Amino acid sequence: MVAVEDVSATIEPGSFFTLLGPSGSGKTTTLMMVAGFAYPTRGEVFVDGRSVAGLPPQKRDLGMVFQSYAVFPHLTVFDNIAFPLEIRRARRAEIRERVGEALELVRLQGYDRRLPRQLSGGEQQRVALARALVFRPRVLLMDEPLGALDKKLRAHMQLELKHIQRHLHVTVIYVTHDQEEALTMSDRVAVMQRGRIEQVGTPAELYEAPVSRFVADFLGESNFVDGMVVGAPTAGRWLVRAAGGLEFRGVGAVPLQAGQLVTAAVRPEKLVPVEGPVGVAQTGAVNTCKGTVEEAIYVGDATRYRVALGADGAVTVKVPNRLGLRQPAEGDAVILAWSPDETRVFPRGEA
Amino acid sequence: MSPRPVAGTTIDASLAPERRDAVRYLLILLPATVVLLVLFVYPLLGLVDRSVYKRGAGYTLEFYGQIWRVPVYLQVIGRTFRTSALVTLMCLALGYPVAYLLATLRPRLARLLMIVVVLPFFTSIIVRTYAWMVLLGRNGVVNQSLTWLGLTDMPLPLLYNQGGVLIGMTYVLLPYMVLTVYSVMHGIEPGLIRAAHSLGASRWQAFRRVFLPLSLPGIAGGTLLVFILSLGFFITPALMGGPSDVMIAMLIEREVEFTLNWSFASALAVILLMLTLVGFVGYNRIVRLERVFEARG
Repeated sequence: MVAVEDVSATIEPGSFFTLLGPSGSGKTTTLMMVAGFAYPTRGEVFVDGRSVAGLPPQKRDLGMVFQSYAVFPHLTVFDNIAFPLEIRRARRAEIRERVGEALELVRLQGYDRRLPRQLSGGEQQRVALARALVFRPRVLLMDEPLGALDKKLRAHMQLELKHIQRHLHVTVIYVTHDQEEALTMSDRVAVMQRGRIEQVGTPAELYEAPVSRFVADFLGESNFVDGMVVGAPTAGRWLVRAAGGLEFRGVGAVPLQAGQLVTAAVRPEKLVPVEGPVGVAQTGAVNTCKGTVEEAIYVGDATRYRVALGADGAVTVKVPNRLGLRQPAEGDAVILAWSPDETRVFPRGEA
Repeated sequence: MSPRPVAGTTIDASLAPERRDAVRYLLILLPATVVLLVLFVYPLLGLVDRSVYKRGAGYTLEFYGQIWRVPVYLQVIGRTFRTSALVTLMCLALGYPVAYLLATLRPRLARLLMIVVVLPFFTSIIVRTYAWMVLLGRNGVVNQSLTWLGLTDMPLPLLYNQGGVLIGMTYVLLPYMVLTVYSVMHGIEPGLIRAAHSLGASRWQAFRRVFLPLSLPGIAGGTLLVFILSLGFFITPALMGGPSDVMIAMLIEREVEFTLNWSFASALAVILLMLTLVGFVGYNRIVRLERVFEARG
């Protein structure tokens, strides 16, 4: 069985790089190959331009934080953090100083004599982080480090982790299946599926310009409409005709051709309900369509609508809640408008 | 409709939750407690009673005085402890690596090895001891092989001496050590060893600084178990030892079987029990056994 098929990425020093994907996509295996706990049958791993693929983990000088914390239960917080320094035969005074710094960094001053079982999950994870950073590794690897924490603590730790990473200027390779976490923390994200990288880019690039249906679906939320390309593109916008007769323009994620079967994706917040007839549809500057509000759900910051488009099914529309804005009600007929630039068109057939 | 308490959710407020738990635990413990009281505590009290009672003379400490006065009894007690300590050390030296393999091998191989470790439990100890006698005797397999290989001119005395006792007892008690140590090693999270490697520790350093300390409770439990089992060992030393390898359990048996001096046998048994308890308490002081059995991780 092949867990990781073809993965290539270059990571800028001092940047926060995330491997994002569903379980079984090969993200952890990729990280383990960087760490040295899994050996690739083919390929190379370079750190600072030097190949490390043949080295055992203990010789790679990479810090690692595990989902299970892996804090040594028989050692105090101080001894846990001092562990990599003692292995490197650092002097006592230096150990004391650097462990002190590390404790301050993760804000655990005064915890040095406690045992792991006296700490909460979040505190144990901080100890693991301090321990992985104290020997100033070339790269910090993190395997779903916040997966075991509750939602609120996780959000807090995300910001703190990001802050520490910026402060120390350490290169981080981070593994997560949580797309929100990936978008919040990363400079660049690689979206993985079935052992391959689907797309690498900044969070904004991935969100605004996904190259495949999988990425559009996995990151955030998308409305998908199946259709066919009609004719040649005008100004880079392809005209797509959906099975139910709806026509709209969009940007091709990859080179397309007339007659090709495609799927188009639009984010719910890019669809805007407008009042009255809009006469610009033919110009191609704006896409429009008619629909009926089936369902309106108030979710706090926004209202989510389910809008039926007749033969072309239904789409989800997300409208921010503002006072004074007239909101459509269930049963209302509405016209939806959206930009062709925010419509991504993918060839169909791929999953 | 007016709001009213939801039906169907009854809360039994008559007993606080902890109290109810306590009652339940007592009920669970009851059968075992009754069995122990009837079959263990009661006969034990009878034993103590017999050890200080002489027919026709009433209560007396005469039998304990006899143990103290006659040197051979103290010698036997000393030898019993010495032999037990040696057996315990040999079991640890041989059993720790086996337990380590069991805990770290791939599951398929580990299961196979586990079967090998447990297999002796399916055979009677007497059969296994006789098997050793066949192997170690003057014309046994071991001596014949050694002679055939030209390593020795004369058969080595492997049986009916302390060496024979040590080999036999170590063999019988080894699985207890392996299983006790393994049960603790099994609970050591493999992620901890990985973490040690990721922090720069070599295989030996990871073992020495992480695995070994975390397996200490297993070593404590295993040595204690083997040592206490050794103290009362009877069959193996009786069959494989010589006249100068008598252990306390054999002495007790002799008093019961041949001398019919049950009171004296009782006194010896009480001494053995007391010394075992003293050893247990002392050991507990050092290694804090309750920690061995407390929830790991």
